[in-house]
Amino acid sequence: MSDTDAGSKAPGTVGLDELHGEPLELQMGPSHPATHGTVRISLKLHGERILWSDVQVGYLHRGFEKECEAGEYAQAIPYTDRLNYASPIINNVGYCLAVEKLFGVEVPPRGQYLRTIASEISRLSDHFTCLGAGAMELAAMTPFLYCMQAREHMWDLHEALCGARVTTNYVRIGGLQSDAPEGFAALCREKLAAALAIFADVERMLTENPIFRDRLEGTGIASAETLIAYGVTGPLLRAAGVPLDLRRTQPYLVYDQLDFDVPIGKTGDNYDRYLVRVEEIRQSVRIIEQALAALPDGPIDVDDPRLRLPPKGRVFNRMEELIDQFKLVTEGARPPAGEVYQAVEGANGELGFYIVSNGSGRPWKCRCRSPSFSNTQVLGEMVQGALLADVVPTFDMINMIGGECDR
Amino acid sequence: MSQSLVTALASQALEGIVEVAESRGELVVRVLPVALVEVCTTLRDDPAFAFDFLMDVTAVDYPGREPRFEVVYHLYSLKLNHRVRLKVGASEASPHVPSVTPVWRGANWLERETYDMYGIQFDGHPDLRRIYLYEEFEGHPLRKDYPKEKRQPLVTRADVEPAQQRRQRERDSERYGRWQ
Repeated sequence: MSDTDAGSKAPGTVGLDELHGEPLELQMGPSHPATHGTVRISLKLHGERILWSDVQVGYLHRGFEKECEAGEYAQAIPYTDRLNYASPIINNVGYCLAVEKLFGVEVPPRGQYLRTIASEISRLSDHFTCLGAGAMELAAMTPFLYCMQAREHMWDLHEALCGARVTTNYVRIGGLQSDAPEGFAALCREKLAAALAIFADVERMLTENPIFRDRLEGTGIASAETLIAYGVTGPLLRAAGVPLDLRRTQPYLVYDQLDFDVPIGKTGDNYDRYLVRVEEIRQSVRIIEQALAALPDGPIDVDDPRLRLPPKGRVFNRMEELIDQFKLVTEGARPPAGEVYQAVEGANGELGFYIVSNGSGRPWKCRCRSPSFSNTQVLGEMVQGALLADVVPTFDMINMIGGECDR
Repeated sequence: MSQSLVTALASQALEGIVEVAESRGELVVRVLPVALVEVCTTLRDDPAFAFDFLMDVTAVDYPGREPRFEVVYHLYSLKLNHRVRLKVGASEASPHVPSVTPVWRGANWLERETYDMYGIQFDGHPDLRRIYLYEEFEGHPLRKDYPKEKRQPLVTRADVEPAQQRRQRERDSERYGRWQ
């Protein structure tokens, strides 16, 4: 695209022929204090107007797919934590659901409920991070600290479930690492109440704050048609008025048994994206409360020696179980040949895993369709013709997570 | 997968569709490369399909098979809430596939990634360059014959600087030439 094209296309900008000189070139990033992701945005500016932009990703590329192909199926789960490190359990769940679809097994109800609860805890953690960091980059430090405190409560829940706070590695193919600890429901309610109390303060500081609204309202607008053409999903698309939520449209786990709303926005600007995320926090809490109330007793793992290790007592005393354990440990889980695509609703949109199996213990192909990648692509279009300062709130509300975008 | 979608595909008898199959409840459609853009346009615009989302583009490498590469597209329809997987072959000797950027703008980065990782050339792509790796990187790392442990020489400042300095000098002399 030539400069003059960009200049004439952008609404409200002066064509370059009227400029006395050449446009100012500005590089934002790769490590910029006002962006919470490792990305480089090349900009050409006329004054403060953006004439042209090029978003460059890949600074956190670490070969996720190549690493997955080199290991066994179960060995890929820790890598999925590091895709979106703000909501690791959703990634765990997405990957394990895909491999389970290959095997054709389904986890027992208790496992499904716990996965649902854990996913929503992760979603809360992601939204707290997004809103807190977003406010900080608009120079509001207090909401950031408050949100981090709220996120700490979510991480306490991660810790109660699996011992880790950030890189959870909680979900297993065919089950979970461990059952919820005793008193988890009470702890969960207590932590959620504490986080919501903190977040109420954040809302009081931000939602009606004139400076915050000035920066967000009317900036970064993209129509639903544009977003769909770019494959954008999640809160961004919902803020533009499209109620696409995989938990509702193509339910997985136990979302079809739970009652929750899918908030949508009107104009699709940054402020709507903020409001949609705020409402989603409340809906996630609603989901967790219902799931806790309905949490059934019973096993969390499928009873299938192809996937889960048999109980130790039986391994020591019986031949069959000893063989099963030996085969599973040495060869890993071996799904039948074939391929699947399994999508879940990640915190930022559709998180899909496309896995090709050739019948061996290692995936032939393990592809992650990450929401951040498609969402970041549309940034250039959103800020075209806007002010330089609008890049910051737009980038915040896109919530690009480097680990997931660059894989 | 929805039965209506299968019947719609069968009744339309789109040119270029080689095979319609179902695997684990997912619809898989194999398409000839020459017909790809036409098929995609029909799938997007025909109200019986209405695939307005291109969710993903990727490739799978099968060394020893002909064609060696399979480019895979995942489509989703918002209105009808169904999915389909398209597959197009690309040979090792000339891995060319037409670009679907005219149909879905979002294909831009996805095809750049597939080019970066597998070396598939997307004909008609407006800006086909590497997206994750640097220009000087040799090979395409997700091909099966690319060793995982392979090291690439790091591009140092000295490699990049002469070109950058030259550009800076040219720019400076253009701007400030009369002062020098």
